Amino acid sequence: MSEVTMAQALNEALRNSLRDDESVLVLGEDIGKLGGVFRITENLQEEFGPTRVFDTPLAESGIMGFSLGLALRGYRPVAEIQFDGFIYPSFNQVVSHVAKHRFRSRGRAPVPLVVRVPFAGGIGAAEHHSESPEAYFAHTAGLKVVVPATPLDAFDLLTQAIRDPDPVFFFEPKSRYWSKEDSELGADSLAMGNARVVKQGDACTLIAYGAMVPRCLETATAASEDGVEVEVIDLRSLVPFDLETCAKSVEKTGRAVVVHEAPLTAGFGAEVAASLAESAFLHLEAPILRVTGYDIPYPPAKVEEHYVPSVDRILGAIDRVLSF
Amino acid sequence: MTDGFEDAVRLLDPSGRLDEKAAEALDLKEDDLLELFRLMLMTRRADLESTALQRQGELAVYPPLIGQEAAQVGSAYALEPGDFAFPSYRELGAALVKGVDLVDYLHFYRGTWHGGTYDPLETRFGMVAVPIASQILHAVGYAYGSKLDGSRDVSMAYFGDGATSQGDFHEGCNFAAVFGAPVVFFCQNNQWAISVPVSKQTVAPIYRKAEAYGFPGIRVDGNDVLATYLVTRQAVQRARTEQVPTLIEAVTYRLGPHSTADDAGRYQPKEQVEQWRELDPLDRYRKFLTERGLLTEEVKKGFDEDANKLAAHIRSGIVGAPPPDPGDLFEWVFSEKTKRLEAQEKELLEEAGDQ
Repeated sequence: MSEVTMAQALNEALRNSLRDDESVLVLGEDIGKLGGVFRITENLQEEFGPTRVFDTPLAESGIMGFSLGLALRGYRPVAEIQFDGFIYPSFNQVVSHVAKHRFRSRGRAPVPLVVRVPFAGGIGAAEHHSESPEAYFAHTAGLKVVVPATPLDAFDLLTQAIRDPDPVFFFEPKSRYWSKEDSELGADSLAMGNARVVKQGDACTLIAYGAMVPRCLETATAASEDGVEVEVIDLRSLVPFDLETCAKSVEKTGRAVVVHEAPLTAGFGAEVAASLAESAFLHLEAPILRVTGYDIPYPPAKVEEHYVPSVDRILGAIDRVLSF
Repeated sequence: MTDGFEDAVRLLDPSGRLDEKAAEALDLKEDDLLELFRLMLMTRRADLESTALQRQGELAVYPPLIGQEAAQVGSAYALEPGDFAFPSYRELGAALVKGVDLVDYLHFYRGTWHGGTYDPLETRFGMVAVPIASQILHAVGYAYGSKLDGSRDVSMAYFGDGATSQGDFHEGCNFAAVFGAPVVFFCQNNQWAISVPVSKQTVAPIYRKAEAYGFPGIRVDGNDVLATYLVTRQAVQRARTEQVPTLIEAVTYRLGPHSTADDAGRYQPKEQVEQWRELDPLDRYRKFLTERGLLTEEVKKGFDEDANKLAAHIRSGIVGAPPPDPGDLFEWVFSEKTKRLEAQEKELLEEAGDQ
């Protein structure tokens, strides 16, 4: 048992995958000698050589379409998009080709690949470096969308994503890169596509993913001091969406609050809330609430704490569903 | 000469006369010379048949390639069976040469299945790519994969003059050069991107853009099948043996509308169309072969029969072809259906069953 950061866990997952499967290629901007701007690919080029771990020209659509071609040839590309806000030039490739290739070819020419995206805010970054674009991808049929919240899960999910036969968009909560966990990597692996109840409770269910999972746990601790035991679910995967785990919890607690950093309107929380309303309506004691970013562009760093859901805002929502 | 042919490689002049010296580099036997004509003839016949099928409501839409037969047949004929062609949406001729069953190809246009019903990996012919220039990057990635494999396979990206305005064209060329990907960029400059003439897409000649990426760019008379074959063959060999990409600009003309839903009469000047009809790629090549005594009456008859058979094959495969099973719609979204998709499939099948 040793202490490991999420950045190290991801690095280790890439290393193992490169070692175990010769078809795995790691590519992106500055991921070679530099090891990525967040050092997630540190030392990988040195260990596996510049043929398998390589920098690309600075062009995200290029990275995406080029990766598709490599996948078609039998390789397993793991592409890094340097920041959330830089993924948009690749959107046409993603929506028109990556997501549809298996479908269009009637299963004959799937393009399994992984796109890693450091996402979301909380690190005091410049514009275009703190966005949460996951809903665009979750809305696109044919893509799996995965978000780890802890180092251990980052290792497990990335390992599984690279082995997965479908394209996986892997959103890494960059504010958690340096979070540490005492754990043995790969020891307690849960299959991708399953949510995990990370804290038991009976008063209310908090549903979150990425950096909002520890934020909800923090909130749960605060609520607990007031004698309120909330349950916390880490979604882990938006597509597929594990409605069963969420519904089961809500059947027990009768109340749900969904938390994410992305803006409210048409965010993934809307999907969670609507699905729960459809499947667990008779168990609900209160409306399902959402605590999210506002419907504004991601704010400048100096005021981002007003945007990212805080413990107080989540506590406020818990109060409202409990007193409804 | 019609504008746009400056610097273009040409072996056959419009009267069908061969530039014997330039043709010395050709590696074609008599059988090949005839096969090129047979393929062009079949392409034209299949193209006309497809337009007719659209007019009869059997295809949802069809983008005719009439006028571009030499560009497509000449270029695709330069590929080896292992080479992978990535088409846009007007490459029926290239599909034919690559051995794709045109019924399977035309199911895209019938609206039976996106991507047609052929196997892109087995035929080494990519699925129709409608978003302009997007397929160029796939060709480059695939080519780089071939290189990593140590294989000799080459990729070919087909696209039009309008595609050169897209970022993916630029990114594809640049990636190919940086990675030394064995790929040929084959641009059919047919002078029109729907209604917009090439002069409004770009000021610089297309083939010269290659210089900016650091690899050869060649302009060829795309209505001259022998010249098109020759420059493509050389580009394919350069990709195969030296991992150097090439940009080929095949100067040709779209004699038909952009698609069967288009009215080219609103923008294509009549005189221009007439001028290009004089440069019909089949007429030119027919004259050459006849002059040489290769295209005998007997050979011609056999080719006409082949073209008729192909048209009949297309007609019988497309007319009244059943739609796919609605259940297919959920089959290949993912490797395994999610619970959500299972529920949605059930809903659809119940509704379909009620009808």
